[in-house]
Amino acid sequence: MSPITTYLDFNAGSPVKPEVAEAVAEALAIGGNPSSVHRLGRLARATVDRARDSVAAMVGATGLQVIFTSGGTEANAQALSAAIGLKSGPVVVSSVEHPSVRDGAAAMSPSVIYAPVDHDGVLDLAALDQILASNQCSAVSLMLANNETGVIQPVAEAAKLAHARDILIHCDAAQGPGKILVDFQGLGVDFLTISSHKVSGPQGVGAVIVRNGETLPAILRGGGQERGQRAGTENVSGIAGFGVAAEMAGEDLARAPILAAMRDSMEARLIQMAANHLGGFTVFGGNAARLPNTSLFAVAGMARDTQVIGLDLAGVAVSAGSACSSGKVHASHVLSAMGVPDDLATAAIRVSLGWSTEQSNLDRFVDAWYEIRIAKSIGANATEMQKAS
Amino acid sequence: MLTESNIKLPIYMDYQATTPMDPRALEKMLPFFTEAYGNPHSRSHSFGWDAEEAVEKARAQVASLIGAVPKEIVFTSGATESNNLALKGVSRFYKDRRDEIVTVVTEHKCVLDACRHLEQEEGMKVTYLPVETNGLVDLDRLREAVTEHTAIVSVMAVNNEIGVIQPMVEIGQICREKGAFFHTDAAQAAGKIELDVNAMNIDLMSISSHKMYGPKGIGALYVRRKPRVRLQAMINGGGQERGMRSGTLSPALCVGFGTACALCEADMGKDNEHISRLADRLYKGLTERLDDVILNGDRDQRFPGNLNLSFSFVEGESLMMGMRDVAVSSGSACTSASLEPSYVLRALGVEEEMAHTSIRMGIGRMTTESEIDYVIATIIEHVNKLRAMSPLWEMAQDGIDLRSVKWSEH
Repeated sequence: MSPITTYLDFNAGSPVKPEVAEAVAEALAIGGNPSSVHRLGRLARATVDRARDSVAAMVGATGLQVIFTSGGTEANAQALSAAIGLKSGPVVVSSVEHPSVRDGAAAMSPSVIYAPVDHDGVLDLAALDQILASNQCSAVSLMLANNETGVIQPVAEAAKLAHARDILIHCDAAQGPGKILVDFQGLGVDFLTISSHKVSGPQGVGAVIVRNGETLPAILRGGGQERGQRAGTENVSGIAGFGVAAEMAGEDLARAPILAAMRDSMEARLIQMAANHLGGFTVFGGNAARLPNTSLFAVAGMARDTQVIGLDLAGVAVSAGSACSSGKVHASHVLSAMGVPDDLATAAIRVSLGWSTEQSNLDRFVDAWYEIRIAKSIGANATEMQKAS
Repeated sequence: MLTESNIKLPIYMDYQATTPMDPRALEKMLPFFTEAYGNPHSRSHSFGWDAEEAVEKARAQVASLIGAVPKEIVFTSGATESNNLALKGVSRFYKDRRDEIVTVVTEHKCVLDACRHLEQEEGMKVTYLPVETNGLVDLDRLREAVTEHTAIVSVMAVNNEIGVIQPMVEIGQICREKGAFFHTDAAQAAGKIELDVNAMNIDLMSISSHKMYGPKGIGALYVRRKPRVRLQAMINGGGQERGMRSGTLSPALCVGFGTACALCEADMGKDNEHISRLADRLYKGLTERLDDVILNGDRDQRFPGNLNLSFSFVEGESLMMGMRDVAVSSGSACTSASLEPSYVLRALGVEEEMAHTSIRMGIGRMTTESEIDYVIATIIEHVNKLRAMSPLWEMAQDGIDLRSVKWSEH
């Protein structure tokens, strides 16, 4: 097995930047509990507070609006339960949400309505409005950008629809920052989820951004940290790394057009290769606004797992969808919601680029994919033809 | 004569709030940020597999420390989450059959807050058992309180403020007899005292990494498999941790935590010998040269690395502020910004005035003898200075029983 040289699974996880690793190591060395009043405690507190401001600035919020959590999944759980509050009506979530929102909503509310998306994976706003009109809904949750397809959702418009009916709306923006501009005020949502390791920060930390006055009902009770809204000693090193990653997200944003160009040219080459030999190449969400770094595509005829394992053996790491469910064999709920037939959905693989991706990485991927997906098919066809003749 | 030259200031004496990371654990975890950065739930490439392997090794290290098997360890964001998950998770799953909780008034705030929530919002009945003046629970009262309706009994192993060790084996037996699950908040105990989930009949145990020289932001909940304890998850989606706790795990934090557990398991004897020796030195050094110093909590049933002392007529906060070079605490870190007297000390029957005079001193793996000597000298100096300024101390020295004095309200 060749060593992995090409990592193209940034939507699942990312190497942290050297500056981030440095901040994490420094914070680990400080020690100190941010709740302690002595000097070391105050030092730890200052680290957390500085990161809080940096994370807030990344999404156009203020430090007071940031509640740190153990990651995006917890942030989604906290925010959803806050948005639902004591209301008993159904929660509306888009049919392409991350499992933490889908399953979280189902666990927290007696009923969930899955708002439909179109063939490109974009939420159908008219359908959402219809759902809100005909049900006493408790809350709405809509992701900013889909983790599998990269498709960007009309969150600001959905927020207007929800607020017109006095319903709170949560947005899972884990995949947004560093890839597209995320503006909490502009989105107009009541709760926003962000995740550190999706902006090349360390794993194990995330945050909920809350509008002023909105409070979380505190899933975790105890020491009163995070202004009583999320108890537990702060993950100081994780938060410090998240802060630095947030400060550097602007650089990623500046490089986003370059990633988009690399991604687009990769897709163009794949389409061309497929057209020459296989036909029927689909880029999911290709007609919608997408994250600059994400590409989910398929040619029917070879299972996604066969492809990713082959690619892994060739030293290229990609994914067959979201990491959370990448061990499972059923078709992605995202692609099903987009009306993609199972035979195509189960052939889909995701390539996601990040801060350290270079053109050579994509060249390597395209070559490897050609070998696995096309060269062998050509060989097999040739053999078939020989047999027939 | 002591000089500052041979020790590094400030001196850290707040090991119950958090511990410095052991450099050996730190070293092991750092590569997971920059080199082995895969998502441990990615099943499709070796980055993910390597990360998963590291997480599973860490899980085995945590399990080994407490005599469990790896499948019984659920990683969480820390002991607060573990405590919340144990109490709420079990209560919500079993409340149709058993709707009572038994706990103790001196538990950590997060246990008490979770219980209060279950009581006020979810219809559970909670018994808060008092403690004796030594901080230990009365086993007869516990036996009476646990009934066939009790879903879960939650008693901490080592108290965070006074360091007393509750009788785990006996409590475990009582719970087993009554068919109630035994949960213990072992945040202050794991890695410091011997814990064995089977010998102690523990069904759920909360563990914190940063109280045992590991990184902050990670902990674990031990959940027994035989007989199986079931619980309702609080964080859903993704299905990690066998559905009990979803969310991407941080391999770096897992590795730091796992290594810290392995180090504690290997070094426990050595650590405790070191800590006991320094604790004795500190206690003797202070009590031989200062009057009216009272040790809070049982003298013998305790973790030696926690000395909670009351210095009569000395405001704990003033003492702390005076000793700028020594990081100690007047109680739990979570509530240390408040000036309320400690509810733990109050539960021991310590009067409010005395509760205000208490200081918690934590001794750990990195504490040195010269640090202890510096702390002794500093405390003696400040206590004497503060007492010299106190009219109450003067009255007491004159033989006036202050309890007989009637203070007029202004």
